Amino acid sequence: MEAAQKTDAPLLKTALWPVHTSMGGKMVPFAGYDMPVQYDGMGVLKEHVHTRTEAGLFDVSHMGQAILTGNDADPAIALETIVPGDIVGLEPGKMRYTVLLNDDGGIIDDLMVTRWDARTLLVVVNAACKEKDFAFIQSKIGSRTKLQYLGDRALLALQGPKAEQVASIFFPDVLKMKFMESVKTSYKGHEIFLSRSGYTGEDGFEISVPGAFAVEFTKELLQEPEVKLIGLGARDSLRLEAGLCLYGHDIDDHSTPIDANLKWVIPKRRREQGGFPGYDKIKKQLDGSTFILRVGIKPEGRAPIREKTELFIGDKKVGVITSGGFGPTVDGPVAMGYVNADVAKTGTKLNAMLRGVARPCEIVALPFVKTNYKKD
Amino acid sequence: MSKILFSEDHEYIRIENGVGTVGVTDFAQKALGDVVYVELPKIGASLTKGGQAGVVESVKSASELYSPVSGEVVEINASLAGDPALVNTDPLGKAWFFKVKIANENDLSGLKDEAAYNDYIKGL
Repeated sequence: MEAAQKTDAPLLKTALWPVHTSMGGKMVPFAGYDMPVQYDGMGVLKEHVHTRTEAGLFDVSHMGQAILTGNDADPAIALETIVPGDIVGLEPGKMRYTVLLNDDGGIIDDLMVTRWDARTLLVVVNAACKEKDFAFIQSKIGSRTKLQYLGDRALLALQGPKAEQVASIFFPDVLKMKFMESVKTSYKGHEIFLSRSGYTGEDGFEISVPGAFAVEFTKELLQEPEVKLIGLGARDSLRLEAGLCLYGHDIDDHSTPIDANLKWVIPKRRREQGGFPGYDKIKKQLDGSTFILRVGIKPEGRAPIREKTELFIGDKKVGVITSGGFGPTVDGPVAMGYVNADVAKTGTKLNAMLRGVARPCEIVALPFVKTNYKKD
Repeated sequence: MSKILFSEDHEYIRIENGVGTVGVTDFAQKALGDVVYVELPKIGASLTKGGQAGVVESVKSASELYSPVSGEVVEINASLAGDPALVNTDPLGKAWFFKVKIANENDLSGLKDEAAYNDYIKGL
């Protein structure tokens, strides 16, 4: 969901920074924060595989958590004027993936919205976008809602097939939770926002804890033998295999949800009624006038095909890669990108021009790895 | 008798009878992370000192491999293409990339010996 950001400002540190450095995290600048890309003794490949087979623990505290309350109404009514999702219909304890839109229907950011009650929503946005997002929300719906940034909370993601077993040691309630459900709970007297969600394609949980409790809680989680810290490198390869978008790469303020093949974020009621930015354009696209489309791309052979590599059919440029790399679970290169809508069909063969050599690729259905969400 | 020299781009060249065996250093493989793909030059290709001789890709990124000397490629390590992870496990041994017939011994004068290279990477 996130994009790096170049800045000369001193790097920020999450509450878990001391844990990363003491556990051999290789720290890199990311979205203004000093974050671990991988850990000594593991590395991206092992961390990726560990998450797909055991339980990976990610520090995602750099993301922006905020509470949106309505002044005298459901804040979802106001929020729906800037996102195309069904937020009004979101039941307490449920969460939804949606996008903030500009007037051209371009994606300002992708985000998670959780309903706590009839007057309260929790939003989680990308680290690199949080200032922009919060200013946008404030300017558009600030007169009807109150946005409270939870800068003093940490956010952990525990992901993988063993995540449920580990989480249940701390929160027995997780056994009753399904994908995209959320509860407010507590542990050792600290308020915890717990949801069954994540961005790896695996079952798992996102756990918001008070920043002052984050190190202690993380150390307790790491005492479970199934749990290992996982860096941003594997977070990227995991989300790519799962076919999930990285903001600033696969989606940005020039791509609409339709271009991005995220049509599913706009439910029937919103498609018919509109009432969100860029509706005219998006409505036309829904009626069939699309020009480009985000697709999965599987390169033949072993060479990774990376972002910005151009795609051709014959001599004609038909698209560009927006995310690409090596998929450790696929055990080969995986990519996604945008192609002209008229060729955006599964099975289409194209060439990626890599260092002057045409490399055959094929458009494939996403995800590359079957998702493992707890849906029932 | 062979001797080994290092470039500031983190290639090594092991020299024996006018032929250099080229690969990347342990420092380089650590910086790269898990190597998943390598691209080797063709046998017979004419390399230029400092020019691109191959590509080494980790999960995270693609990096160019530069030739520390000018000369003709006389042998490539085909087994490396099938098992690129050797770059991480045995960079100075099994993970050599290619052998080059050194065209001009003067090319070696700008390279570092092991002690000088170790000092160099300490300062990075």
